[in-house]
Amino acid sequence: MAEIAEAGSPLRGARLSISAFLWQRPWLKVAALLALPVLAFAVVYLGSLAALFVSSFWSVDSFTGKVVHSWSFGNFSTLIHDPIYRKIAFRTIWIAAAVTVTDAILAFPLAYFMARLATPRTRALLFVLVLLPLWSSYLVRIYAWRLILAKQGALNWALNGLGLPDANLAYTNTAMWIVFSYVWLPFMVLPVYAALERIPQSYLEASQDLGARTWRTFRTVILPLALPGLVAGSIFTFSLTLGDFITPALVGGADSQFIGNVVHNYVGISNNVPLAAAFATLPVIVMAVYLVVAKRLGAFEAL
Amino acid sequence: MSKRFKHVLVYGAASLLVVVLAFAAAACGGSDSESSGSTTTTTSGQASIGPGEGKLNLIEWPYYSDPAFAKKFENQTGCIIHRKDAGSSNEMVSLMRAGGGGGGGQWDLVSASGDASLRLIKGGDLQPVNVNLIPEWKNFIPIFKSPAHNTVDGVHYGTSLQWGPNVLLYRTDKVKPGVSEWSALYDPKYKGQITVPNNPIQIADAAFYLMHSKPELGIKDPYELNKEQFDATVNLLKDQKKLVKLYWNYDTDGRAAFANGDVSLGAIWPVDTLALQDKKVPVKEVIPADGATGWADTWMLAKKAPHPNCAYLWMKYVSTPQVQAQQALIFGETPVNPKACTFMDKIQAGSCAKYHLNEPLSYYDTIKFWKTPIADCGNGSNDCMDYNAWQKAWTEITG
Repeated sequence: MAEIAEAGSPLRGARLSISAFLWQRPWLKVAALLALPVLAFAVVYLGSLAALFVSSFWSVDSFTGKVVHSWSFGNFSTLIHDPIYRKIAFRTIWIAAAVTVTDAILAFPLAYFMARLATPRTRALLFVLVLLPLWSSYLVRIYAWRLILAKQGALNWALNGLGLPDANLAYTNTAMWIVFSYVWLPFMVLPVYAALERIPQSYLEASQDLGARTWRTFRTVILPLALPGLVAGSIFTFSLTLGDFITPALVGGADSQFIGNVVHNYVGISNNVPLAAAFATLPVIVMAVYLVVAKRLGAFEAL
Repeated sequence: MSKRFKHVLVYGAASLLVVVLAFAAAACGGSDSESSGSTTTTTSGQASIGPGEGKLNLIEWPYYSDPAFAKKFENQTGCIIHRKDAGSSNEMVSLMRAGGGGGGGQWDLVSASGDASLRLIKGGDLQPVNVNLIPEWKNFIPIFKSPAHNTVDGVHYGTSLQWGPNVLLYRTDKVKPGVSEWSALYDPKYKGQITVPNNPIQIADAAFYLMHSKPELGIKDPYELNKEQFDATVNLLKDQKKLVKLYWNYDTDGRAAFANGDVSLGAIWPVDTLALQDKKVPVKEVIPADGATGWADTWMLAKKAPHPNCAYLWMKYVSTPQVQAQQALIFGETPVNPKACTFMDKIQAGSCAKYHLNEPLSYYDTIKFWKTPIADCGNGSNDCMDYNAWQKAWTEITG
């Protein structure tokens, strides 16, 4: 015992002096704690964004296909002046917005039921059901949808069984909208649930005591308090759709290219990384604007 | 105090960003000087095949190193194959260009098709191959010995392997009485039932069609188009788009669309016909009387190949008649070594004729093999549309 105490005491002394040293300089403690994540953030996140931005000013030698490191705005002027890129950008943003609205409409009643009406048992079950699709690969679920929507697929089989004609949804933008809305739904349900759960029951009672009917309570109390959750969810659904290229490639049709597909083609087919990089900055800008607006609406308090 | 932390963090992050950018700029500058210095060497490949290095890394079309014949190679040479299946020519090019290009010091061989091969050669991703070390090479069908898609200025960058046509496929239960000409793919009668590949090289298919249907355009070669010919072709494709249900990215996607009844006719490969017929989907494949575009694959040697001897041993092995026959029947394609004919018939009676290996040389005049379009297309005026223009037009057509 005595030996251990003796061996321990200098160690203990050292520890004490280190902790005293840190206690006197709290900024050092924080710096040590954050050094690794900040480094990762700077190198991985900001570094890759910076590389993207820098390479968007370069160009490609059409003979060798190699990147020429000279500065020009050529790529951006191509993107602005060629109507096809505007069309693709508009299609991407429009479908991302449609998916976001669809998911908000689908998620709100479900999240409301889960947060305020369901028994704990039902709520747990619903949570499992909402999260269940995430257990399988996103790619597998897209392929499953392709089988459902195919001409000789499950959907038309069911419709024909009811005496209805074929839906003809395979390889259309409608198919993309359905599949996107399906795959990103859990990302909307969870933040909306979190926001709704935080509304105190007393607010609703107060609203009713003051004479507000159900609809008015919903409009003036529940919806404003749930809005940050909706906006937070919309960040996920919107940004995930905006950056996707797999769903358009697999369930989209002849008129379904997304920004991501064009980027993928330019990198993969003609090795025109600079033009791809220039086009890829567009979603970054769109998301930056979106996030600023979302912050104003208080979305980050609901995450 | 918390304000001070914030300041520390903000300045810390900002200075880190500056450091990262400086490194990135330095790295770019470095690769610049490197690439400008390495373009001077021109040799025609190594002089002899040394002992194998024990490993061989391949970028391949699926089944191009099928164990049915690759196992024997591994046992004979001790070169253990590590394969990376690619789904498209573009994936092959990206894989070869990752890690600084030239195969990144990781890959030895790539089974590039004609639409990728010139891009790899011009991009400096390959090294010359000494065909004298491949004994079977002199037996190849003459047009596959030094084809324009893998041999530039007399320097070989690989050995030809197999080829196949792009065929017209239709479902016999939906398209009656059947089709036999490429015009079917531009016929409004089949609106919403057509599938074609999502690949800029598909522009050549339309040019090939115009070559026969509109001789006044003067198209001699569907990969060598001047501005006027190119614009006419692109306009035809823009009209075709209204009829197209699906631009398939991988042939398996096109195959699924045929199997599920989403499309009834389209351009696809013989391997897909075989797979669909295997699944009892009622499809029929046609090579129209005018001919077709086709792909010819080459095993090409990466510039930074880490196992060149094993790579040469592999090129030697896969060009032997028996292996040529085996691979042809596994994948559904045609060998470049005519001696494979007897072995094909041995494995599957009549297959040599079925895959057109016994055709006379004149047959190959009807097949226009994929090659990367370049501006200097041999007419002396340097006015052909290059691959970048093809890619941009293709984005415009399908976008």
